[in-house]
Amino acid sequence: MEVTVSKRDSQSEPQGGSVYAPLLQIENLTKVFHIRQGFASQDFHAVDNASIVIDSDKPEIFAVVGESGSGKTTLAKMVLGMESSSEGILRYKNRVINDISRREMKSWFYREVQPVFQDPFAAFSPLKRIDSYLYETAQNYRMVADKKEAPRYINEVLSEVGLTLAEIAGRYPNELSGGQAQRVAIARALITKPSLIVADEPVSMLDASLRMSIVNMFRKLKEDNNVSVIYITHDLATAYYTGDRIAVMLRGWIVEMGPTERVLGNPLHPYTQNLKTSIPSIKSEESWNEKIDLAVIETDEYTRTGCKFAGRCPAVMDICHDNVPPSVMHEGRSVKCFLYDDAVDAEKKRMLTPAAL
Amino acid sequence: MGTIIETNNLRAYYITKAYGVERTVKAVDDITLRIQEGEVYGIAGESGCGKSTLLRILLGAYQPPLTVVGGEVIYHLEGETMNAADMTEEQQRDMKWRTISYIPQGSMHVLNPVRRIRDTFHDFISAHRDVTKKESFQLTADYLRDLGLPEKVMASYPHQLSGGMRQRVTIALATILWPKLIFADEPTTALDVVVQRGVIQMLKDVQQKEGSTLVLITHDIGVHANLADRIGILYAGKLVEESDTKTILENPRHPYTRYLIESLPSLDSREERLAIPGRPPALDRPPSGCRFHERCPLAQDVCKTIEPELIEIEPKHFTACHVVEEELNGGHSV
Repeated sequence: MEVTVSKRDSQSEPQGGSVYAPLLQIENLTKVFHIRQGFASQDFHAVDNASIVIDSDKPEIFAVVGESGSGKTTLAKMVLGMESSSEGILRYKNRVINDISRREMKSWFYREVQPVFQDPFAAFSPLKRIDSYLYETAQNYRMVADKKEAPRYINEVLSEVGLTLAEIAGRYPNELSGGQAQRVAIARALITKPSLIVADEPVSMLDASLRMSIVNMFRKLKEDNNVSVIYITHDLATAYYTGDRIAVMLRGWIVEMGPTERVLGNPLHPYTQNLKTSIPSIKSEESWNEKIDLAVIETDEYTRTGCKFAGRCPAVMDICHDNVPPSVMHEGRSVKCFLYDDAVDAEKKRMLTPAAL
Repeated sequence: MGTIIETNNLRAYYITKAYGVERTVKAVDDITLRIQEGEVYGIAGESGCGKSTLLRILLGAYQPPLTVVGGEVIYHLEGETMNAADMTEEQQRDMKWRTISYIPQGSMHVLNPVRRIRDTFHDFISAHRDVTKKESFQLTADYLRDLGLPEKVMASYPHQLSGGMRQRVTIALATILWPKLIFADEPTTALDVVVQRGVIQMLKDVQQKEGSTLVLITHDIGVHANLADRIGILYAGKLVEESDTKTILENPRHPYTRYLIESLPSLDSREERLAIPGRPPALDRPPSGCRFHERCPLAQDVCKTIEPELIEIEPKHFTACHVVEEELNGGHSV
């Protein structure tokens, strides 16, 4: 379907709006990288069979957590159209992201979906004034009718993130603090009035004190501007604080997914439990006593045949080593673990339920 | 147990001169510390508050523009008392890694990418001890086994290891000669929680095994809570509060410390938490009086002009705040 550039309303629903379409539909999405070492080649599933649906009628903050090398960023890149998917369905407003033409990517998709990256100082060129990014985005996406109108519009957007144009006009990135620069990065993303923001580790470069101001802003954007946010992080505390739903990733798998309060309030997957107990608590009586195992080499876990957590799992069973666990619904969330699979011998499970450990 | 390292009214500024414009950044301003033998001393604060500068001075690894303009650093090591300023370069070099060691932040860039881990270990050990390659490999293997690291890593190149394993190898490397005094600069920042926990455990193990002293710098209060015995809070180049970990976490008195601790999100509640208003001051023109007054909710007139002194408000609990001081002297409560 051909899309015209001038009117925004006609673009937001290219299918005519007759069929209900989720904002973002991810089904059995897989990304395979081929790694060649000499003549040998190895397949590497960076994202393996991921399924996530974000509704269009109710904005939400969807948190994706997991350790480094769990496929979070690859997932984000696919959603942003920066990386093609190998298998599975990836649709934004019922359009297959991989099939959107380059022209339409520019004229429609990037208005709708905007990224925010980890390091604001890497996102902006140190040689360019930071406000020029805002002017350029506003003009390239025709958010303002003419140049004179631009400052007023930009100021309006900046006020959403608690800044004013006067504060940043003419300044270079190094003149701003990390928190300020990250706010400008978010303001830049907001200029096109997107429906979805993909934020990849937006606070991990920032101090704990500044983190809260950024995550509070995501909450506000969701409530006031109807923006959905995919919030990718390894910081469980802020994910719990902001996220409506959460997906826990491990070596390309989504091992547990559901409402944040359920998943983090009472984690079921041994890996999620491991994550939760690893958050350093500031209560002195909650220091850790027992030891945990860490992965030695990440690729070893990726290429495991059975469950990818089997090598470190405290509740590992024989079945885990050779078989991929199914995703089952349990207590209002999906869990990818044999412990919650009814096909596995109940007696064996009882003995190994992590709660008993 | 005595003091192992102390600073007296230490002032260290970055003094730069470009095109005739002189600029002085007061990164460490009048800091007095006493770090005891065998303790874990945590230094906390926002980025740009002078944490890393302080560490550089303590380590003796600094060059102009960073200059010590006042005060002194004194080591009490191996039964000797040494003033850092009087030491020759040779003495310093000999001391480093053998008695004083340093765990850097980015383990990614620390290990030589074209050498196997065991060769890097050999380089470090042979610089201080007369060993053959075979002996140093044996020493390394024993030490790694002690720390619970798989022997497989010895033959690996850095890029083959996961981020957490790399950081733990760096810690092993920094501590293989059993230094008495270990400095760690943000050892767990940029690691995810599970790996962070593994690294903290290992730091604890290393520290307890030989009763070494660990000076831990990080902005993450959660890490301090799990590792440190005492915490010093830095703000804009000044020490604003110091006490044992429990007191700092449960009964912080300085408004800045309170903000730091209250702004931490936790899994206990999803109630809205407020970020600290404003931002850290630029240290080339620090605010007059108390450096926190521009962001402080309790600020009074006196805070804008007179600098508060670090006073002992209860045994071993020091705070630099006019409001707390006034309260203590029977003034009106705030």
